[in-house]
Amino acid sequence: MTTLSIPRPHSLKARRASADSIRVKPSYVSTGILLIGAVYCLFPVFWVVMAASKNSSELFSTFTLMPSTHLWDNIIELTQYRGGLYWRWVLNTALYAGIGALASTWISAISGYVLAKFEFPGKKAVFSVLLMGVLVPGVILAIPQYFLFASVGMTNTFWSVLLPQIISPYGIYLARIYAAASVPTDVIEAARTEGAGELRIFNRIALPMMAPGLVTIFLFQFVAVWNNFMLPYIMLGNDALYPVTVGLSGLLNQGATAPAMYTLVITGALLSIIPLVILFLVLQRYWKVDLAAGAVK
Amino acid sequence: MLAPGIILFVSFMAAPIVYTLFLSLQKKQVKGLGLGSGNRTTAFAGLDNYIASLTNADFGASVWRVLLYGLVLIPLMLGLALLFALLLDSRRTRTTGFSRTAIFLPFAVPAVISSLLWGFLYLPAVSPFYWVFDRLGWDVAGILDSSTVLFAIANIALWGGVGFNMIVMYTSLKAVPTDIYEAAKLDGCTEVQVAWRIKIPIIAPSIVMTALFSMVATLQVFAEPTTLRPLTNSLSTSWSPLMLVYRDAFTRDDIYSAAATSIIIAVVTFAFSFLFLRVVQKRAFGQED
Repeated sequence: MTTLSIPRPHSLKARRASADSIRVKPSYVSTGILLIGAVYCLFPVFWVVMAASKNSSELFSTFTLMPSTHLWDNIIELTQYRGGLYWRWVLNTALYAGIGALASTWISAISGYVLAKFEFPGKKAVFSVLLMGVLVPGVILAIPQYFLFASVGMTNTFWSVLLPQIISPYGIYLARIYAAASVPTDVIEAARTEGAGELRIFNRIALPMMAPGLVTIFLFQFVAVWNNFMLPYIMLGNDALYPVTVGLSGLLNQGATAPAMYTLVITGALLSIIPLVILFLVLQRYWKVDLAAGAVK
Repeated sequence: MLAPGIILFVSFMAAPIVYTLFLSLQKKQVKGLGLGSGNRTTAFAGLDNYIASLTNADFGASVWRVLLYGLVLIPLMLGLALLFALLLDSRRTRTTGFSRTAIFLPFAVPAVISSLLWGFLYLPAVSPFYWVFDRLGWDVAGILDSSTVLFAIANIALWGGVGFNMIVMYTSLKAVPTDIYEAAKLDGCTEVQVAWRIKIPIIAPSIVMTALFSMVATLQVFAEPTTLRPLTNSLSTSWSPLMLVYRDAFTRDDIYSAAATSIIIAVVTFAFSFLFLRVVQKRAFGQED
């Protein structure tokens, strides 16, 4: 039992600081449990780095966690596979997720701003429908979206994957909270009396004020698009339009009959996660989401 | 200014659902000998497709499988996420920065890629686990065999999801003013008592939300089993409800019953949404500007 008699300073900051300055005995058990969790989470990543350095005979013959020297050869082989198809997939993924998330963030921002700052008939109804939409995930909608796109002959196009993923009820829901918290109503009214148009007020004044929260929406949507496997899987037949996920899953399918493909799949998996891991590490501080309050601390 | 949002919502969320509803009430009708495409028309089917879906043994089996899968996955994932979040919040834990980043990292890996990685880790020929089993002299059957494949998939989802849920819970723990804990400490509470009696009740709303999100995610499991299929014979094309819909729509070319099944899945998901609505609405409207 640790009964420390801590003096009680007044400000929160001072309290934190004083608590830290008193030497708290480190707990090996809790540190150890967390480290086990960390090892579990890093292990497959470590394995894929090792496996990607092997050629296909080594993959099955040498100890799996032993590195080899063929990483560069594997990358070249992957690059040469059907005229650089893999890099085409990477580019497609970047376009689907990048453009989709940017457009989605803007739409979410403006819709959330209007819902937070304007009064209009039916506002409550719009918000209720929106909240219902929050928990209907994109994947459930993929097949209905396919049916609709098929009926107008738009499947197997770039747009069929990009457009359905721009609308994000959860993004609008979050943006509404950010707008309510970060854009003062006085500022909007001051701009109005000076004769600024509503759209201009939004783009020039409200949008920058909401920016930190919008980064979180962007990240959420980016991951959602990058993670949505089913939509491109059913929409696309032309493999030049595939994102990396659908492409690699197809390669694995071929691997069932040609194990040499496994090396390509493993190298492709490694290369595809590097950019996202970097993005995560750089933007880590924006991942502070309180789901219950829907707010970012 | 709401127009772009409403247009997108209507065209890509509402319209597909309405169109699917329309399809689900129809059936294919063959006139005469059914030769030539001109002879194939559609007719109103009423609820026939729904009855067929609900009584379909494959559908029932896939729902049970997914329920069992959720029962294995969700308590384990949220329990671990809560444990990790509490440990991160404890002042006595060290290396929290490293552990937090490492545990959150799998969230950056999409389900297909994590299924690929684990899929290989489950293959005896390339798996370090089997190397260890061999050394220990254990004769372990295939991890992807039909008796354990459910756990294998749950592990993939656990790996990808535990970090995100941990971050959600940790964020709400951080929002609690620390003087509450200090008062409890002065009264002689241990760290474990503080966690159990104060921290967990305070962040209960976050735990409820992560549970709801996890349940909805579980209902729609598709990417993991679809990616693993080439590596094993124990995953049928109707392993999960969405895989069944996919099979009906694309392999069997029966879009009408696929539509009915999609609607059933969507309605069940909607039931969860209403629960969400009830929990959240008060807060959302309560903190008005």
